[in-house]
Amino acid sequence: MSEKKSVGKRQKQPLTPKRKAQSRREFLRASALTVGVVGISLMGFIPVMQGKTLHLRPPGALKTPEDEQEFFASCIKCGQCVQVCPVEAIKLADLPEGFGIGIPYIDAREQACDFSCDGLQCVLACPTGALTHELDYPADTRMGFARLSRPKACLAMQGKGFKGQARGPDYKGLLRYEEVDRWTPIPVSEHPYDLEICDLCVRQCPIEIRITQCETAAASDDQEQQVARVAQQVGNECPPKHAITLEPVDLGDGIDRMKPIVQEGCVGCGVCEMICPVESAAIVVDLDKNADTLGG
Amino acid sequence: MRYIKRSLVQLFGYKVPRPTKDQLSPAVREIYEGKVGKLSKADVEAVRHEHKGTFFNKWQKRRWATLIFVNLLFVASFYFDVQLVEGSLTGARVIGFHFADLNSALQVALAYKHIVLNLVIGMVTVFLMWMLLGGRTFCSWVCPYHLLSEWAEYLHLWLAKKKIVKNHTFSRKVRSVFYIIFALLALLTGYTVFETISPTGILSRALIYGPGIALVWVGLLLLVEVFYSRRAWCRYVCPIGVTYGMVGLFSPVRVKYNAEACHHEGDCRKVCLVPHVLDLTIRGGAEDVNQDVAADCTRCGMCVDVCPTDSLTYEVKGLSKMLK
Repeated sequence: MSEKKSVGKRQKQPLTPKRKAQSRREFLRASALTVGVVGISLMGFIPVMQGKTLHLRPPGALKTPEDEQEFFASCIKCGQCVQVCPVEAIKLADLPEGFGIGIPYIDAREQACDFSCDGLQCVLACPTGALTHELDYPADTRMGFARLSRPKACLAMQGKGFKGQARGPDYKGLLRYEEVDRWTPIPVSEHPYDLEICDLCVRQCPIEIRITQCETAAASDDQEQQVARVAQQVGNECPPKHAITLEPVDLGDGIDRMKPIVQEGCVGCGVCEMICPVESAAIVVDLDKNADTLGG
Repeated sequence: MRYIKRSLVQLFGYKVPRPTKDQLSPAVREIYEGKVGKLSKADVEAVRHEHKGTFFNKWQKRRWATLIFVNLLFVASFYFDVQLVEGSLTGARVIGFHFADLNSALQVALAYKHIVLNLVIGMVTVFLMWMLLGGRTFCSWVCPYHLLSEWAEYLHLWLAKKKIVKNHTFSRKVRSVFYIIFALLALLTGYTVFETISPTGILSRALIYGPGIALVWVGLLLLVEVFYSRRAWCRYVCPIGVTYGMVGLFSPVRVKYNAEACHHEGDCRKVCLVPHVLDLTIRGGAEDVNQDVAADCTRCGMCVDVCPTDSLTYEVKGLSKMLK
């Protein structure tokens, strides 16, 4: 084809057999190359179809619990969300994820999003709107929904307390403890606990922490606190619903047991899964539902 | 206009027909006719030898330094958290300003079928930047795969010289076919299919966020280029090159060919990633004494470095005139 065009007006002589054979070989190789490269690129469909690419995603990811296609389509795979996260919760997927390559995900047990950036920095960083800008506050996110998956393993359910480092001395995960440092998250291993009854999932829940702060501010007459409350309402709205509470249960054996109950305000950030001191976590985040889809 | 037409023809894998006798300007015809039978092989060899004495790969060195610097800027910016260049080559923010790789943004736009303002801003910025800087300049001056591929090419050429491997060429039209296929795949599947196998994105992310299994794919591509086909990915597959080639249609930064002193020995075409753009250096190939190399050229400067008669030089259209 190219040869026909390439022959100028000056040179009308037909192609030599050698050139013809060369051109034929080039065409065949090009066809094989097309099939090969397109075939390999389409293999990226396999893990997606098998549902192996479902993960906890950063706040605001354009997805429904069962369908991440829109998120995959809109993400430009640049990793700017990774760079702004203060607790380094966000990672980028690798080649085995197929089309999901370079797409951000969160492994909550390793490092959950604790919203310690306050302003949803990953959402602000996203250049394509794959993390939708329609989101304003942590309480608006719908990453998943927590579930007490192993109630028997739960320390509170056994009526037990907890003393020491929540995830052991070697755990690298970070959380922001406002009473320690308002601005910088610190390793969980540097913040040991001593609890009569284990309430870590409730105590560290970012939504619950925010609700407590709002309530404290509202109850206070202190002028400074009032200012803080205005700031909260403007910059980091108070969550309208509780996410998790601890309620007493009586199994009739005389032990004071408490049960973590996941409430409608849960956003699925995964901090409860991260902080749960039991191996493996007694509470996990389910991806197949969120606070909005609970009824259905 | 002729430049744009010639560039498009080459970008999509066709050959620009050799100019007919009537199309040659009288000045260049005189040059061509004056050269007939004048040069012996020994003459060419002598000029080559003389050039080699002063041959420092000037542009190659500058280019490698730039490529490594730009990529390290991304890495260092994240590592030291200085927020100078955030993101990777597919999408970035440079001191806060949005930059979006045009091909990646195109894939996203086709797959997602929406486009947010920030992405438009990023695309316009990048379009203007590469339009000013040469279009495919991105390939040879920034793309990390280009550098690895260039090293693989040296290995390939060395093995080919020893007759251990042979270069297998493909029809160059296949690159346009890939361009269309990947655009259609993004549109129809709703996934950015090309990003899955794009070595540019994979390498950029691997440098910044740490290596992964995806590097195996890049390794395979390099092996193919060493043992089977010289520079196969950039020459026959990569749609990023086509995208930036089209940006370069309007670029003032070009390589200029001057036929006057040219010996037509073809040293430039031997080192070139896209040798079809240098067809004009074949005797009778240029329509005028001075002619610009078309937009598929990556402005890598290898030909500028190697040309024994300085017949190929960088030029900035408009600017060169102003400087004179």
